[in-house]
This record gives sequence, C-alpha cells and structure tokens, in this order.
Amino acid sequence: MFQQLLTVWSDSAAISAAIWLVLLVTVLYLGRQQAHHLFSTTGRAVFTALRLASRSVLKLEHRLSQRNRDVLMALGRTASEKAIEREFTRVSTLVARDLAHYPSLHRTLADAIEKIEADYQASSLSAPLPPAWSDVVDTISALPKSADPALNKILDNIKDAIEDSHEETLKAFQKATLERHGHLAKMHPQWRTLKTTMGKVETTLDSLEERTRMIDGQMDRYESIRNNEDAAANSLLSSSLTQFFISGLVLIIAAMGGLINFQLIALPMSEMVGGTATIGSLRMSDIAALVIILIEIAMGLFLLESLRITHLFPVIGSMDDRMRQRMIVVTLTLLTILATIEASLAYMRDLLALDRAALQQSLAGVGVVEAQFRWIPSIGQMVMGFILPFALAFVAIPLESFIHSLRSVLGMIVVGVLRTVAVALRLAGNLASHACKILAHLYDLIIMVPLGVERLIRHRSTAPDLSDTTTAAKTKNDTDDAPATTAKTKRSRSTKVEPVLTDTQEVTP
Amino acid sequence: MKLVTDSARLSRHIMTLLLITALLSTGLLAGCGESPVKSRAVYMLIDTSGTYTEQLDKAETIMNYLLATLDSGDSLALARIDSASFNEEDIIAKATFDIRPSTANDQKRLFQHHVQTFTSELVRGSAHTDITGGVLQAIDFLNETDADEKTILVFSDLEEDLPEGHVRDFPIDVAGIEVVALNVTKLTRDNIDPRDYENRLNAWQKRVMEGGGQWRVINDLERLDRLVAMN
Repeated sequence: MFQQLLTVWSDSAAISAAIWLVLLVTVLYLGRQQAHHLFSTTGRAVFTALRLASRSVLKLEHRLSQRNRDVLMALGRTASEKAIEREFTRVSTLVARDLAHYPSLHRTLADAIEKIEADYQASSLSAPLPPAWSDVVDTISALPKSADPALNKILDNIKDAIEDSHEETLKAFQKATLERHGHLAKMHPQWRTLKTTMGKVETTLDSLEERTRMIDGQMDRYESIRNNEDAAANSLLSSSLTQFFISGLVLIIAAMGGLINFQLIALPMSEMVGGTATIGSLRMSDIAALVIILIEIAMGLFLLESLRITHLFPVIGSMDDRMRQRMIVVTLTLLTILATIEASLAYMRDLLALDRAALQQSLAGVGVVEAQFRWIPSIGQMVMGFILPFALAFVAIPLESFIHSLRSVLGMIVVGVLRTVAVALRLAGNLASHACKILAHLYDLIIMVPLGVERLIRHRSTAPDLSDTTTAAKTKNDTDDAPATTAKTKRSRSTKVEPVLTDTQEVTP
Repeated sequence: MKLVTDSARLSRHIMTLLLITALLSTGLLAGCGESPVKSRAVYMLIDTSGTYTEQLDKAETIMNYLLATLDSGDSLALARIDSASFNEEDIIAKATFDIRPSTANDQKRLFQHHVQTFTSELVRGSAHTDITGGVLQAIDFLNETDADEKTILVFSDLEEDLPEGHVRDFPIDVAGIEVVALNVTKLTRDNIDPRDYENRLNAWQKRVMEGGGQWRVINDLERLDRLVAMN
C-alpha cells in the first residue's frame, strides 16, 4: 500500500516522494492558520482543564487539612479535658484523704497547744522564795556571847528555829522547781506532736500546690487548643506521630510474640484436628492455632476494655460496674483456660518433637540418645505457652494508640498525596501548553520554504513604495498586532492563562 | 463533639479493618511459601530373585528414608518381586499414615519392624522374576489410595524372567504414576555387551511412557533426596 502510494506520481520513488512532499507542504501551508488555532486552542484547553483540576484538588486538600486539624484539635481537647478531670480527681482524692481529717487535726493541734499552755502556766507558778533569813542567822551568830545563859539559849533557839525554817523553805523551793521542770518536760511530746502535725499539713499543701501547678499547665494547653493555635496543632500532630511509631513498634514486637506462640501450638494442634486437612493452602491445624491466638487477643481486648484501660468498645465501657466486673471475671477465666491449654499444647509439642527425633534416630540406624537436662526446655516451653497469652492480651493498649494515631497519619498521607497530585496536574497543564507551542513551531519548520517565499514576496511588494511603507507597516502591524493585542488583553485579564500564539508576527518580515 | 464521635467511629472502622488485615496477613504468613498439601503414595518393589537378595540392605536404607520423609496422610507399601508377583500376598507391609503425628510415628515404627523382619528372614531368592506382575499390583494399590502423587519404586535389575505360561506381554496403564528404577545393577552379560543394559532400560522406559507414566532411573543411592519430591 505504502509502495503504491509512493509510486503513484512516478516510477521513481524519489520523484514521487518529492511530489508528495511538495503537496504536503502546500497543504500544510494553506492550513497553517487553522492548524495554529487548533494547537493554540488545544493547549489552552488542556492547560485550563488541568489547572482547574489542580485547583479542585488543592481545595480538597485544604478542606482535608482543615478537617484533620479539627479532628486533631477535638481529640486533643478531649484528651486535655480528661487530663484536667483526672488532675481534679487526684486533688479531690488528696483533699478527701488528707484534709478531710483536718477537724481532728485541728483538735489535736488545739489540744496540744492547750496542754502546752497549761504546762506553761503550771511551770510559771513559782514557789515562794526563801526569805533572807541567812542574814538574820549570820547576824545572830555574830552577836557576842552574852553572860546571860538564858539570853544565849534564847538566841540559840532562835537560830535553830530560823535554820530549820530555812531548810524547810529550801526544800519546798527545790520541790517546786522540780515540779516546774516536770511540767516543762511534759511539754516536749506536745511540741513534737505539733511539729509532726505541721509537717503533715505542709506535705499535703505542697502536694496540692504541685497538683495545682499541673492543672495550670493543663489549663494553658487546653486554652491553647481552644484558641486553635498553631503551636497546639503542631504539638498534637507531633505527639500523634510519636504515638503512631511507638505503638507500631510495640505491635511489631507483639506480632513476633504471636508468631512464636503460633509455632508453639501449631504442631500439637495437628494431633487434635489432624495434620492433613486443609482449607485452601492452609493446614487446618495452622488455622486452629491461629484462631486460638486470635481468641486470646480478643479476650485480652475485652479484659482491658472491661478494666477501662482501653476504650475501643463503647458498649463495654458504658456497662454498669456489676456487669463490667462479671465481664472481667469471665474474660480473665477464659484467658487463663486458654493459657493453660497453650501450656499443655507446648508440652505436647515437646513430646512430639522427642518422639519424632527418636524415630528419626531409629530410622537412621543410630541408637536413641537420651538427652540430659531435657526437662529444662520442656518447662521453658510450658511457661512460655502460659505467659504468652497474657502478654498478648496487653496488645490492646498499643493497638488503641495505633488506631487513634493512624487517623492523623492517614490524614497527613492523603494530604501529601493530594498536594503531589495538584502539583503534577499543574505541571502536566504547563507541559501540554508548551508542547502545543512547540508543535506550532515545528509546523512552521516544515513549511518554512513557502513561508520564506511569502516573506520575500511581501518584502518586494512593499520595498519600492517607501511612502506606503509606513501605511503598509501600520496596516501590517494592525493586522499582526490584533492577535497580540488579544493575547495581551487576555493575559491582563488572567495572568495565569497562556497567551494566544502570535505566529503571524514570526512570519512577518 | 461531633468530630470526636466521627473520629471514634472511624477508629472503630480502622480497628475492624486492622483485625481483618491481621487475620489475613497472619494466615498468609502461616501459609507463606507452602504449596497446598499433597498426599503421596509410594509402592516399593524389591527384587528377591537370585543374587539380588544381597542388595537388601540398600533396600532397607531406602525404606527408612521413605519412612522419615513421608508424613501423615501419605501411603507406603513394600512388596517383593518373585515368580508371580501379581498377588496381595507379596505385599510385605503397607500403611496409610494417620492424621495424628504420634499415631503416624507408631505406624512407621511398626512398618520398620516388618521391613527388618523381612530382610532378616529372607534367605533364598525366588526362581523367577515377575516385575510386570509387581507393577500391576502396585498400580492397583496406588489407584486405591487416591493420592495426589503416586510413585512406584522398582528395586531391581529390571531383567524379567517369567515362569512358563505367565502372560505379561501387554501394555500397562501407569497414567499419573511415576516409575523410578532404583539400583539397576549390571548383569554379567551386560559386561559382554553393554547395549543389553541400555536396551533393558529403554524397553522399560518405553513401556512406562506408552502407559502414560513418567520414568526415572536412580542408581546413585547417595542422592536419595531426589527419590520422592518433598512437599
């Protein structure tokens, strides 16, 4: 077909091809204006459509970003409210625990003070001081002995009486002093009681002050979230990402634990459900082991939910306390039963492995060797079989964090994808527009010969008449500038719309 | 508050999705790299004619290897090739291993005991060698097992020597069965003209292939791992 077309004008392929080329160039030259319009319109249409699509995607991205932010803020607000509520509960507990006894504390303090005061009063009642009779005795002793024995006797009697009285007074004074010291000694425990009681009050008040500071911090954070501040949003996002990665890491660790658990019970399960039955490409024993592990995880979820550690199932969370406690008992019992089953399965696995090893040794023709300390791995497997279900039960905590943070992370990823799509659309629009321009230039390149001839003819027709040059040029400019003016107008109307291709200017000398 | 409710609802959806994904991924993980479990059936024929009885220790080694390789649900049978092998009485031991591994191990021990008893009690070889009759008996057994992979192991020099009047010169239907010739020893006359050995092997190969089966020869018993394809 191609050969026939090639030789339709002449037997010589070259001549025929040349004729075809001339015809083609002529046709292209004649349809130049329409072709340029086609390229221009197509380029503009593709560019506009893609820009519109890009804008729509960007709008969607903005809406999604805003929604992500709203959700994040709402979650943060809820978390903050819960944290503040928790702090207030702690303060309430503190007040109820320590300051509820304040009346008795006050009574203790008042009693102690009263006792101290009474002791003080008692200690202040000093016994009468001994009179200054020593001077009298000294004076009497210093009197010269009289010749009158009666006088001397009287004086001696006076002296003895005074000395006796002095001794009695001294004894009374000493007794009073001792009593006062006794009172003062009794004040010591009261002082210690006072000091201890005041110390307790100080500790309580310090703790309250610390709690108050924490509440202040939480309130500041809450206020920041309520005011929709960027800092709060960034902080919440960062916290969400951290939660996502940490909980993801813990979930991976839990998955590894689950895999070990699976390996522990998969073989012995074949002893129960058979080792040949399959569903698809999976052995029934493997599926049974998997189901047991998943039930354990589910029981763990329900247990932690009943304990109100996690909040994944609102139905369980909203149960009354009695029902919740029943659920705790039921789930814990089931979990323990499953753990016991796993422990026995792990032991059975060990027995099966031993049996298989013995058979292999027998088939290989070597004597069966009794391994020493074989009980250690047996017990180890049993303990692992019992502990792993309980360990897996705690997977609910990282799972909850993971799910909550996944919302934010997914939102971020979708926003990123939307931004990329918007940029790609914009880029594609620009590329399409520029490609159409390049096509127009290529078109002109193909028909450059007739265009050159046209330019030459125009040049010659305008060259002799200089007076007409200005007019012609003006006319030409008017003609040629029309599209340019249109383009400028359009450009000024919308700076982002690509200009109409001003091809006439290029061919005009 | 509505946002929080929406978020909680979304979280629940995500959790459901995660649980399903975990279930599927764990299932895939469990079945990762494992092709669907196929049951296997192996029927081993041991030539007990003439001087081939001296090779019985090798046959016992192969049986032990098979016992160690086959799993629950697989079938194994051992039969001798004597003067008239198309006979159930020539089956020394047969078993389809139980689905419970512990019971399967007991069956294997019993099987091994039968094999040991057979090899130790066999003193004199049979006068003739009816390989075709043994193969026909094997086909019956294997087809009854309805296993996915069926194999006949022929532990013989493949020199058939039929008693007078026995007709074995007809095509055999071994469709879907792989026939493996093991330890095909060279006879004295093979040393005189090695083409006899080749002709013997080629004749059996042609017969098996025409019957719709597959044919293999394994003389190197050190490479027993090629004997039965491991699943």
